[in-house]
Amino acid sequence: MSHPNKKRLRRSMMFLNCQKPGLIKDPYIYKPDSIMLDLEDAVAENQKDAARYSLYHALQEIDYRGVERVVRINGLDTPHWREDIRVCVAGGADTIRIAKTESARDVHIVEEHVLAAEREFGRPEGSTLLMAALESCRGVLHALEVCESSDRLIGIALSGGDYTKDLQTVITGTGVELQGARQQMIIAARAAGVQCWDTVFTNLDAMDVFEEEVKMIKMMGFDGKSLVNPRQIDIVHKIFTPSQKEIIFAEKVVREIDEKKSLGIGVFTVDGKMIDIAFYDGAKRTIDLAKASGVYEGDL
Amino acid sequence: MEIKKAAMAGTLESSDAQVTVEPGENGIDLSIESSVIHQFGRQIRATVLETLNRLQVTDAKVTVVDKGALDCTLKARVECAVYRSNGITENLPWGGVIK
Amino acid sequence: MINAVGREIPEEILKITGKEGYQGAKAKDNFEFTRGAARIRAMVDPTRSKVVDSIHDVLVKCGMRDGMTISFHHHFREGDYVVNMVMEEIHRMGFKDISICATSLGKAHDPIVPMIEDGTVTSIRSSGVRGKIGQAISTGKLKNLAVMCSHGGRVRAIESGEVHIDIAFIGAPSADEYGNLKANGGKSNCGVLSYAMADAQYADKVVAVTDTLVPFPNVPASISMTNVDYVVVVDEIGNPAKIATGAAKPTTDMRKLRMADYCTQFVINTPYFKDGFSYQTGVGGASIASTISLAEEMEKRGIRMGFGVGGLTTPMCSLLERDLVGVLVDTQDFDLGAVESIQKHPDRHIEISASEYANPFNKGAYVNKLDFVILAALEVDVNFNCNVVVGSDGVITGAQGGHPDTAAGAKCTIVIAPLLQGRIPAVCTSVTTVTTPGETVDVLITDYGIAINPRRQDLIDCMKGTKLPICTIEELRDMAYSIVGEPDPVQFGDRVVGIIEGRDGTVMDVVREIKPYEFRD
Repeated sequence: MSHPNKKRLRRSMMFLNCQKPGLIKDPYIYKPDSIMLDLEDAVAENQKDAARYSLYHALQEIDYRGVERVVRINGLDTPHWREDIRVCVAGGADTIRIAKTESARDVHIVEEHVLAAEREFGRPEGSTLLMAALESCRGVLHALEVCESSDRLIGIALSGGDYTKDLQTVITGTGVELQGARQQMIIAARAAGVQCWDTVFTNLDAMDVFEEEVKMIKMMGFDGKSLVNPRQIDIVHKIFTPSQKEIIFAEKVVREIDEKKSLGIGVFTVDGKMIDIAFYDGAKRTIDLAKASGVYEGDL
Repeated sequence: MEIKKAAMAGTLESSDAQVTVEPGENGIDLSIESSVIHQFGRQIRATVLETLNRLQVTDAKVTVVDKGALDCTLKARVECAVYRSNGITENLPWGGVIK
Repeated sequence: MINAVGREIPEEILKITGKEGYQGAKAKDNFEFTRGAARIRAMVDPTRSKVVDSIHDVLVKCGMRDGMTISFHHHFREGDYVVNMVMEEIHRMGFKDISICATSLGKAHDPIVPMIEDGTVTSIRSSGVRGKIGQAISTGKLKNLAVMCSHGGRVRAIESGEVHIDIAFIGAPSADEYGNLKANGGKSNCGVLSYAMADAQYADKVVAVTDTLVPFPNVPASISMTNVDYVVVVDEIGNPAKIATGAAKPTTDMRKLRMADYCTQFVINTPYFKDGFSYQTGVGGASIASTISLAEEMEKRGIRMGFGVGGLTTPMCSLLERDLVGVLVDTQDFDLGAVESIQKHPDRHIEISASEYANPFNKGAYVNKLDFVILAALEVDVNFNCNVVVGSDGVITGAQGGHPDTAAGAKCTIVIAPLLQGRIPAVCTSVTTVTTPGETVDVLITDYGIAINPRRQDLIDCMKGTKLPICTIEELRDMAYSIVGEPDPVQFGDRVVGIIEGRDGTVMDVVREIKPYEFRD
């Protein structure tokens, strides 16, 4: 039985520095689907401890109003990740983002410690979800095994900065350097039935370029994107908002399948298109997106 | 817990608080400076004292320079300063005396 | 007595000031009175010169003496040199017990504080005070009550004779030797001289202070030679960089952008948003952002603004450039774009007097014709009362400006404020000090939601069916308190150091002396 939130909507996942109280106190105002409270790169090496206390109390005391609380922990090559996992689980984080994931083994190591922490802090076993950031060529090549590594794993996220360094290139603004990773990752994620998120876009002076990039990754099949600024959220949500035509079609598909299933009919047509059960999840997703975007007025 | 050496946590940025703990005798010597002292001085003091009490810090000089931090931040800064003064960064009692 | 906004006004204060407590926004409608008047000294001899070499000499010529009331305008904002220049000479000459009647005072005027302490200055009437003068008043250093008045209220006090100005000092960016004054054409251009106009008409002696003497006649003049006694030429009247700053970069703060978006959505969903509507907004990031997004909606819907009122900034002036507004009527320019606009569009960007703008006691002011005004506030309480003068530390730190005037006049008064400023909630059970009565405030827009004054059921109905996050003001307060805790009231001393004067001259609230915070167990 998989976790009820495993497939929740995650179009916008906004990074926030755990070390900055002003940032973490009410980011829900901007209505992202998820916040990613960062213990890793944004936190200075000598403030790793301080960030954890802030994180613990934020998780325990701030009402994030339904926004998913992801925590990015420090990499397995650092001295910090064990305590990071303890504080995440104790505080009740929804999801842990594993930095610099290279293989299924990395996920297993984290999973083992998460389970131990769930037992230590009396949290339901399996309640803490995981997501893996792929930040290297090896990690990207191992995308499928990472996606299939754990029941807790909700999906994989590309981390373009480190990845392009490993690739011996840079973020060019054209996207050409990320093509391979994006394709490999989305294919792996879909094969494994998990979600997939694109890397951050950091140039806040080029909102038009950002918008084009979001349109592209949506067409590629991505579920959403890691974000660095609240200004990016509305743009992502707008692009991920289904059109009225798509919504009406999705409604028909859901209703027809529900009805035909009971009659034992497997294949039929909606608006002249051949439809079978394989369309069901996609149609449901469209309805969910429409609801989250505030444009759904039906009763499904 | 004993305050073994002077330690500090937090910053002077808006919504943060800078907490300094130093070894002391004869109870808690607490000084608070706050940009919101009129409205929240009472609550800041109560939160800091409660946190120290939970950590069983009985003798210390504690200085809080508050820039409008929420209670959750005040607690985090006090705890961080106290554990730093003891050189402890791992296996912390999350949900125990830290809560 | 308890006044109409529920504030206890000590009888003693009413006695000292000869004022009544506030009785309601329209309580003084149809009030009749005879205007005050200036004592004029005729200028018959055409050979006589008005030019005087120094502030010292002009003080002598004006018959400066102890106990006089002198006035200043604040068009030079934080770049003003005139107040300090005049006050330093008055101080040097040893005059005492002076009343300053300013349109506003800022941090630039911190050097006045020692003169408050030594009794040179014993009374202040101003829209507000920032910086150290506010500290001085709030710590009880000013001998008499400070009177904080609105822009309209100040003109009312002058025109009705409640305040009589002995000498008005009018900083003028350009002047001719006979006292025709313009707000432009010099080194320290400020766009308009609106706030000085009543002073020029009602003060006994009017002194122009300029650093740019131009050939006669300096026309069209904001202030005419017919009202000016003397012209003093000095090296510098102000710091141009601080008078008209470059246009503020539009905000990128998502919180402000969200509030701006709510504001625009609110405005366009009211019945007042139609061709020919009128609008005034402030200089805050959210206000400016909402002007920008409103312009887009106007363009999209083919709706044009009839007139805009200011306090103007570049985004409002760009409405004129884009022909989205018929005319701008202007009382103050906050940036270079606005200063340039009034010179570029003399036919459609018009200087008006503070009386025309906001005086409740003339025969009709622009504020009464406003459809929308977008305002800010330090605090708003559950009765929609606003505080724009006293800070969360109890110290006088802001100005009424046109806040109460426009709120009283506009059909739809919208206040924008982030719910939390650090730990300080903008929405509370009871504001520290009432400056603008809640009965004149219709909507509060915060980043957490929008509250409509229950008195405005019509507006509540208009917003049904929109996606705006409408809630009650009590809900906003409760949200704020649940996040930051319930604030304690500021610990004031007993002594009243100032009054918040209602625009109609009544007492809206009193401001008490602050004292050091004490922990009480």
